[in-house]
Amino acid sequence: MPIAYSNKNFARFQSLIALFLLCLALSVLSDKFLTVSNLWNVMRQISVNICISVGMTLIVLTAGIDLSVGSVLALCGAITAGLLKNGIEIPSQNLYIGFTVLGAILAGGLTGSALGAFNGWAITRFRVPPFVATLAMLTVARGLTMLWTGGFPISGLGDTFLFIGTGWFLGIPVPVWISIVVVALAVFLTDKTRIGRYIYAIGGNENASRLSGINVNKVKIIVYTLAGALAAVGGIMVTSRLDSAQPNAGISYELDSIAAVVIGGTSLSGGRGSILGTVQGAIIIGVLNNGLVLLNVSPFWQQVVKGLVILLAVIIDKSNGKGE
Amino acid sequence: MTDTATLLEVRNITKRFPGVIALDDVSLSIEAGKVTALIGENGAGKSTLMKILSGVYPDFEGTIYYKGETAKFAGPKDAQQQGVVIIHQELNLIPYLTITENVFLGRELVTQYGTMDKSRMRKRTQELLDRLKLKVSPDSQVFKLKVGQQQIVEIAKALLTDAELIIMDEPTSAITGAEVEVLFDIIADLKAQNKAIVYVSHKLDELFRIADQYVVLRDGKSIESGEMAGMTQDQLIGKMVGRKIEVMRKTTGRQDCEALLEVENLSLKSRLKAGNVLSNISFKIGKGEIVGLFGLMGAGRTELLESIFGLHPAHANGQVLIGGQAVCCDSPARAIAAGLALVPEDRKKDGLVLGLGVKNNISLTTLEEMEKLGALNDSQECALADHYIRELRIKTPSKDQTARNLSGGNQQKIVLAKWLATRPKVLLLDEPTRGIDINAKTEIYKLIIRLADEGLGILMVSSELPEILAISDRILVMSEGRLTGEFLASEASEDGILKKAISFKQ
Repeated sequence: MPIAYSNKNFARFQSLIALFLLCLALSVLSDKFLTVSNLWNVMRQISVNICISVGMTLIVLTAGIDLSVGSVLALCGAITAGLLKNGIEIPSQNLYIGFTVLGAILAGGLTGSALGAFNGWAITRFRVPPFVATLAMLTVARGLTMLWTGGFPISGLGDTFLFIGTGWFLGIPVPVWISIVVVALAVFLTDKTRIGRYIYAIGGNENASRLSGINVNKVKIIVYTLAGALAAVGGIMVTSRLDSAQPNAGISYELDSIAAVVIGGTSLSGGRGSILGTVQGAIIIGVLNNGLVLLNVSPFWQQVVKGLVILLAVIIDKSNGKGE
Repeated sequence: MTDTATLLEVRNITKRFPGVIALDDVSLSIEAGKVTALIGENGAGKSTLMKILSGVYPDFEGTIYYKGETAKFAGPKDAQQQGVVIIHQELNLIPYLTITENVFLGRELVTQYGTMDKSRMRKRTQELLDRLKLKVSPDSQVFKLKVGQQQIVEIAKALLTDAELIIMDEPTSAITGAEVEVLFDIIADLKAQNKAIVYVSHKLDELFRIADQYVVLRDGKSIESGEMAGMTQDQLIGKMVGRKIEVMRKTTGRQDCEALLEVENLSLKSRLKAGNVLSNISFKIGKGEIVGLFGLMGAGRTELLESIFGLHPAHANGQVLIGGQAVCCDSPARAIAAGLALVPEDRKKDGLVLGLGVKNNISLTTLEEMEKLGALNDSQECALADHYIRELRIKTPSKDQTARNLSGGNQQKIVLAKWLATRPKVLLLDEPTRGIDINAKTEIYKLIIRLADEGLGILMVSSELPEILAISDRILVMSEGRLTGEFLASEASEDGILKKAISFKQ
């Protein structure tokens, strides 16, 4: 039996077992955990992290990283909210442009894509390490958010818009639908398309990929652009759920999303991992967060526990990968 | 050995690797106060022998006698402590540390308080540098030194441990003129201090200047040893060659066919220093022709293939024509589109995505043809993989087996398969049989010949002369970035080729 193959399956199996045990423990410890309303609540909260983490997975598979997702999320949410509420006014031209919900959402999505593309461009054109390029973007996008909002929340966005974050469709919350669609598209992308195969190839061996005629830079730019767009999706969902774009939204979201990727078994050195693994990672983190709140664990201890879980997951993953 | 001057003696050493015998019953002796030249073609077993002497390979058959007693080197550090030091071709210094810090790395002197005794270490280093006549401060960071100076720092490291036997692997490959003279002076000094030196080099003229004795390895066997005095270069070359591969040459005289690949005045600027890595290289390859390209390490063979394949667009100059059409190969994608394929020298680093399966590696170059409505057509991919697994007889439990888990020969076949899938006109092969066992080698030779018969033009770089002689129609020889010789298969001999490949600077 090929070692790598069986390990991969074993690893996937492991995080499912961990999730199951976690749920079992929580339902014993708290009578509120295993209720319909709580489970939907958890799912709704997780869906934002799933969207971001899908983008993060694509990047990590190419052996990159994106630290800017939290800030990009905040900026895109703020731009969508701002355009929706205030439109664009250019007094000198005596011009006012109003935005429909769809128009505002598209503008937010485009902003995220553009910032992601910029990340990809800086990384490929100037060979800036992804860690540094996206760290710079983390600061830049946060600053732009502050400039756009003036440091104040933008609230009161209208019922149509609120449907995205709080509505229900066929008995399932809309954010959950969105994350299902995002995950389905990403699974298709990674498993069935040429770009997907190139993503794995580049992460596995960038040299060999380049020599095989793959346009490595183009693939990387696409991947960072997608991650930016998905951060925008997350930003719009958060803004809608709260009926407010917070200038401080999304702080440290990059850490939750890297955690989901890592717990899901994707190797930070690239080339190995899966979208569905990341979904499991995001669910584990979400359930853990929810459970610790239900059990009245202090927020400080919550952070400690979460950190240890991430460490444990990576240690287990490393020992799985030893055969290679 | 009764001779008291013998420092180290190797008796009947055999070293086996899976599928290969790297050293076969080798015996030799090294004397104190003398320079012993270790000579042989690439692949003759020199590096394996050096690794055994320096403790890198502690397991082998046979015996080493060191200072008259049976010796066992458990590892490089153990060998070092017993007085055997190797200076590798690629220097092992840490660039941002100072000379002193490098010299004492891993054996720092400490004060009675447990802190590092910087002044004492600096003083010792200064003494060593004085002895080696290197006029730089012991506090200089190593990356600021010239390569020749760095080499002297390596020697200083060796002297610090009171080495009795210093092995130098191609010490002049990266240095020139005055630096070489300095090195030779140091070697003369070391000799005078009764140190033994093993000197490995392809540059025969150097060996005649500094070596006292020679040992010739060929095909893993020690062929002959003796005194340098009285030998001629031709005699030495005659001893290095002589290995045979069953001749499979087709010898059909295809030189007159239409040219598939034409290279005109190709030059490549060096990134590291002034000057060229390749200078004004021009040649043609005809339809169905196998052209062997021979050169020693550092002759620029790999760089030539890479430049043709568009990997150095910013530094390369010259023209490449395929089928009479000038092509601008500024990226691998363009080169592939023009009908070129490159099987790189290091298949693990440049050839394969080791974590992907056999099938996915084979289809990597042609995924564009496998798309249907935006999705990859799995059955088409499977068909391609099945085709080549059968055609090239790739031994794998399944087509989804991870490439990492296959043997070298099968990995190489996967690389070939992925390139054949692009239906190239010209195949550039860089050491296509490096590190694979003899049966796989034969299979690959046969495959190359079959591909040529089907009309491909093939340029095969190899540092194994017997291999080049066995299958080439024509042979080009490179030395120091230039084409220095061209032979038809019918008139080529190992001696003739090797003479063109070795630089004679006298």
